[in-house]
Amino acid sequence: MQKDPNLLVGLDVSDDAGVYRLTDEIALIQTLDFFTPIVDDPFDFGRIAAANSLSDVYAMGGRPLTAMNIVCFPIKEMDNKVLRSILEGGLETLKRADTILVGGHSVEDPELKYGLSVTGIVHPQKFLTNAGARPGDLLILTKPLGTGILATALKADMLEGDATRRITELMATLNKDAAQAMEGLKINACTDITGFGLLGHGLEMASASNVGIRIHAEKVPVIPETIEFASMGLVPAGSYTNQKFCSKQLQVDDTVDPLLIDIFSDPQTSGGLLISVPKDIAPSLVERLTEKKTPAASIIGEVSGSNPGMIQFY
Amino acid sequence: MSDIVNTVDARGFSCPQPVIMTLNGIKKANKGKMEILVDTDTAKENVSRAAGAQGWVVEDIQPEDEGYRITIRKEG
Repeated sequence: MQKDPNLLVGLDVSDDAGVYRLTDEIALIQTLDFFTPIVDDPFDFGRIAAANSLSDVYAMGGRPLTAMNIVCFPIKEMDNKVLRSILEGGLETLKRADTILVGGHSVEDPELKYGLSVTGIVHPQKFLTNAGARPGDLLILTKPLGTGILATALKADMLEGDATRRITELMATLNKDAAQAMEGLKINACTDITGFGLLGHGLEMASASNVGIRIHAEKVPVIPETIEFASMGLVPAGSYTNQKFCSKQLQVDDTVDPLLIDIFSDPQTSGGLLISVPKDIAPSLVERLTEKKTPAASIIGEVSGSNPGMIQFY
Repeated sequence: MSDIVNTVDARGFSCPQPVIMTLNGIKKANKGKMEILVDTDTAKENVSRAAGAQGWVVEDIQPEDEGYRITIRKEG
């Protein structure tokens, strides 16, 4: 592994983005994310992919500045208009994030993929990682869970138009407001909930911070239709994989509905921020998040000094 | 009624396809006994749930080749 005193967050930890110190005042945040379409509408797919890519910068407490497109596109089989629409959706979202598109690269590929590499800045002493959670902290989540299960229902053609609309808007919602709500408050740790679900990303925080994480199952915000579709067997493979991968560090009380565990391990696209904040700061953060109308502003659990590296649902 | 067994072969399909195929099979059969062949753990779990949610009982799950044979039943 390369060593460089200016590399503040690198490959050796599982965090959201790399952080590199340029000066005593400025550190660079770099991240890259791209994936296959999660919704049918190309413009919406572009918006969601951009919100998802920008999220890693927000999760580090940073401000995104520039972005570059990454495109894999079946140019021979698919209308160029589709590509244009995806890129327009991405651009619209970048504008909302005050981020400038500076370029990109595309390759021909039978399977369509889109995403962005985003560059941002943060103060080298003020960036947030998943490693700072302290015993006694409260945990706050800023978006409800369930997009993986509902995207599976959408693929099965079982999701109603209204619900599709709602999850699309949820996934296209930037974590910008949530990041702004954290500004100036003492935040101990933050990460965004994506492919590993609340379970996986919560465990990453537990391991990196060497603490135990306790989640009050009933307090976790969930998109209304999720339970119904989970009980019908529309659970993505990633949810089961996450559970299997985390099983040794996972403790579930008997009182928790097993279906909820599928939802807690559901891979999220452009999910919310999981924020670990000192107990006395939590009310101010919830108030700010609520003012900014983030999709959720829920205290879902707490950080404990016992059982480090473990997650418990109760 | 004799055991007329319908078989749904969902091997080679990834979710949610095996669930859709199972639900279509259930709709067509209405009741009786049905077998579903799957080749992933995800499909095994999801198909079992899909059947359960429709009021069918999962009678048996047998490992077969690289996957599973799931037997479900609904009494008339």
